[in-house]
Amino acid sequence: MYDSGKIIPGLIIFVLFITIPIWYNRGAAGSVPKPVLPKDAKTCVLPAAEIRAEHMKLLNTWRDEVLRTGDRGTFEIEGKPYQKSLMMTCMKCHTSKKQFCDTCHVYASVKPYCWDCHIAPVE
Amino acid sequence: MDEKRRNFLKVAGISTLAGLGGTAVVGRLVAGSGIAHASGSAGHEVEAAKKSSGHGAAPDPSVNRYGMVIDIKKFQQDPSLGEKIVAACHSVHNVPQFPEKKDEIKWIWMTQFENAFPEKPNVYLDEATEEHQLPILCNHCDSPPCVRACPTKATFRNKDGIVMMDYHRCIGCRFCMAACPYGSRSFNWRDPAEFVKDANHIYPRRMRGVVEKCNFCDERVGAGKLPACVEACGESKALVFGNLNDPNSEIRKVLKENHTIQRNPSLGTLPSVFYIV
Repeated sequence: MYDSGKIIPGLIIFVLFITIPIWYNRGAAGSVPKPVLPKDAKTCVLPAAEIRAEHMKLLNTWRDEVLRTGDRGTFEIEGKPYQKSLMMTCMKCHTSKKQFCDTCHVYASVKPYCWDCHIAPVE
Repeated sequence: MDEKRRNFLKVAGISTLAGLGGTAVVGRLVAGSGIAHASGSAGHEVEAAKKSSGHGAAPDPSVNRYGMVIDIKKFQQDPSLGEKIVAACHSVHNVPQFPEKKDEIKWIWMTQFENAFPEKPNVYLDEATEEHQLPILCNHCDSPPCVRACPTKATFRNKDGIVMMDYHRCIGCRFCMAACPYGSRSFNWRDPAEFVKDANHIYPRRMRGVVEKCNFCDERVGAGKLPACVEACGESKALVFGNLNDPNSEIRKVLKENHTIQRNPSLGTLPSVFYIV
């Protein structure tokens, strides 16, 4: 190989450079987020695994039903009626956006636009 | 070589002629049938318009169409009423109060008669009308031009006849503002978040870059309550809200007993807001 003295160190530098994110953040991987769950409520609107995976779809479904089809019907959990509403249902149990919503959203680096308009509970 | 060129030019010329002539003939034929179709559908539209015009001439009682009657005389008798209804609406819906007039967001507001009814100019206006203002808001038209203009269906007419906004879908193109002949819509040029004082925590605010307007208090009406402005009027009955398609509703009774006018009815938007002058 011609110029192996230049090419091989060059390749090594290149590989090191493009793997910066890997070795720079080595060991700094954040611990799995632990959102603070409400103390007084035991059941959510869906089972834990489902709500964890599908809450964004559920919120969209609620939005479309309430706003576009005008179906404001309530649903019951343990005998108590609830509305299809982020601000009036979800955030009534999960009273802290910082300790609940944000923990996972920051970890996963997702930026939902909910709070551009919807008002988070006062903390 | 010459022979070939000659043949080529012949074929090219003939096919050009055939192409032009052919498309013209086909175009004529299609247009002819198209005109027939168009006239047919136009006929239907006229019939439909006849059916829907006349406001409740043949309303479908199974479908709601909410409307409002505004008694201008009551607002002249009690000038404080105007402020009250505007404040009630704007606080319930987290309408931002921008310091500069050009950024202003309005859902319901007070204005002079000649601004609300520019098509009814009168040099010799009576004193009461000249001195006092009257409330104007979205007319929740039965045939809303804003809904036709919206490219994303962010604004739509819901099952209760309320012209609604889905702020999630609004892209801020402002076609609806250009389409609305009543100026009922406002655009959020700035982020309204910090200009909402004492936010109502059961209703969202809006974000920068969306158009907003009166929603006839759909969230309250859906829960069986009256709109905030109507509630703020108390017992004065300056505002009467109800279902225009229900012949036994209070609003229909008021409409039967009083001569009412609508804002610029000649545009054919069929407003659902009526004024007792």
